[in-house]
Amino acid sequence: MSQQQTVLYDAPGPRAHRITLIVSLFAVVGIAAVGYFLVYRPLDENGQLTMEKWGPLVDPNNEVFPLVWARLRDGFIATLTAAGLAILSSLIFGTALAVLRVQLKTLKQRRFVGLPDPAAWALRGLGWLLNAVTRFCVEIFRGLPVVITIFFVASALPDLGVDLGDILWYLVIGLTIYNGVVIAEILRSGMEGLPGGQREAAHAIGFSSFQTTRMILLPQAFRIMLPALISQLIVVLKDTSLGFIISYEEVLRVSRYIIDNLENPIQVYAVVGAIYILINYLLSKLAEYAQRRMARGRKTRALPTQAAPPSIMPQAGPGGASVGVGADAGSTT
Amino acid sequence: MSVLVDHFDVFVGGFWLTFQLCILSAVGALALGALVAVMRISPVPPLRWIGTAYVTVFRNSPLTIVWFFAAFGLPALDSNADFLRIPGLSSIFSRLGIDLPYFRFAVIALSLYTAAFVCEAIRSGINAVPPGQAEAARAIGLTFGQNLRYVVLPQAWKSAVVPLGSVIIAMIKNSALAGFFGVVGELSNSAQNLTSALGEPIIPVFVGVSIGYLVMTVPLGILLDRIEQRRAVAAR
Repeated sequence: MSQQQTVLYDAPGPRAHRITLIVSLFAVVGIAAVGYFLVYRPLDENGQLTMEKWGPLVDPNNEVFPLVWARLRDGFIATLTAAGLAILSSLIFGTALAVLRVQLKTLKQRRFVGLPDPAAWALRGLGWLLNAVTRFCVEIFRGLPVVITIFFVASALPDLGVDLGDILWYLVIGLTIYNGVVIAEILRSGMEGLPGGQREAAHAIGFSSFQTTRMILLPQAFRIMLPALISQLIVVLKDTSLGFIISYEEVLRVSRYIIDNLENPIQVYAVVGAIYILINYLLSKLAEYAQRRMARGRKTRALPTQAAPPSIMPQAGPGGASVGVGADAGSTT
Repeated sequence: MSVLVDHFDVFVGGFWLTFQLCILSAVGALALGALVAVMRISPVPPLRWIGTAYVTVFRNSPLTIVWFFAAFGLPALDSNADFLRIPGLSSIFSRLGIDLPYFRFAVIALSLYTAAFVCEAIRSGINAVPPGQAEAARAIGLTFGQNLRYVVLPQAWKSAVVPLGSVIIAMIKNSALAGFFGVVGELSNSAQNLTSALGEPIIPVFVGVSIGYLVMTVPLGILLDRIEQRRAVAAR
């Protein structure tokens, strides 16, 4: 906050203070007027603010209050179950895919010198092919709406004779395909953004290329990309609400039942939305905290691609794919 | 695969409607997002609070809830989003003018939701401009407007364009939700119709719909990658 203030404005003097105060007063009055005439009055006239509508949600003495909250609690548990499973599986799938893609990339550079020519060519062709296939899949599933993925997973899998029993699994698979691919790309760009010396040093002490990825590159990539990963997890939690399109009994679907009985859509969605916002807000604070710690603890990390000339916009040049974490205080180049 | 040929017009029509929805929502989101960004960096505290509250609320709530609010909340406010029936505009985007309000609700929901992310992209761009630049501009006597126009915004734009592009790509993907909220004839809605009502085989329909979305998202993504790479090279 205070940082952008100094970008655009001088520290306010007495006159600027007065002007700010007056404008603030006008702004408050204006906002209050807009809020009253455009939101409060119509809501009140349409009877949206009555206890009849809000009672079941906020008044513990209301006879349906415990029922409503029991349903909502079940709904949130279902949402969190799906989100938890989806997060876990997309992390696993994403990590595996990232490792696979990094391995294939190194494989593509190998020339197989010791082998006879045809075998070497075949192996190189295979490596190239696998690389192309994984790249293609990543681009496809990253570019598709997750709703479409979920919808088609839920309708195509039973069609192909794969019956998973519970709708939960279709939702989890749909979310995993999309978010796993995104996480894989995050981790891959993290690994490729690392200084080349890391890999070379690992090779020099005799690590195989898989060991290098597993023990040197991946842990660092996780660490650098932690903020981006956490924000992706928030996306998963938000996307779990899409389960309602395949009639998974998550919180929005449950709210629908409540609304059918009590006919108070605005109130129920306001409460559910508030809970969602609270959870996600806490998670995003966690991401910010992780980012701050990263910037503080690892000032010496030098990412060569990030090393912009310090005079011109040191943070503006996006190094690598999205490696924008931590000020590059000790850049070497 | 014959469904792709037989129902080609359905796919094209769905693509066209999705495209319209995306254009309108992108314009709405960029305008509203810029406004919220201005509020968030203004020196007036109440406006700043409003901007911050807006971003916090819309960034942290699922799009689905925003959509439900547009669909249930606006009627409760005595509005069927008729203010979007702008005479010239609804002759180009014919769906804006018709009586069923779902298309207008879709535009509003997408714009409101995306505006929060647009605001953050713009703000992070402005934040990336080193304070010294604006200080120097003030020191040589540029006014606030000149400062923004010649010094801060050109540099902010440079670092905001890639995040803005990803926000728009995300919005295109989010627009698929419209089909599940009553926007008849939209790409994902046609997918539902073809598979459940007409009983067409699922995989070909999936391929057709995917192509419809990928045609929009992949070129934009490649363009962004290009811009980013050029920046990375230039920064070296």
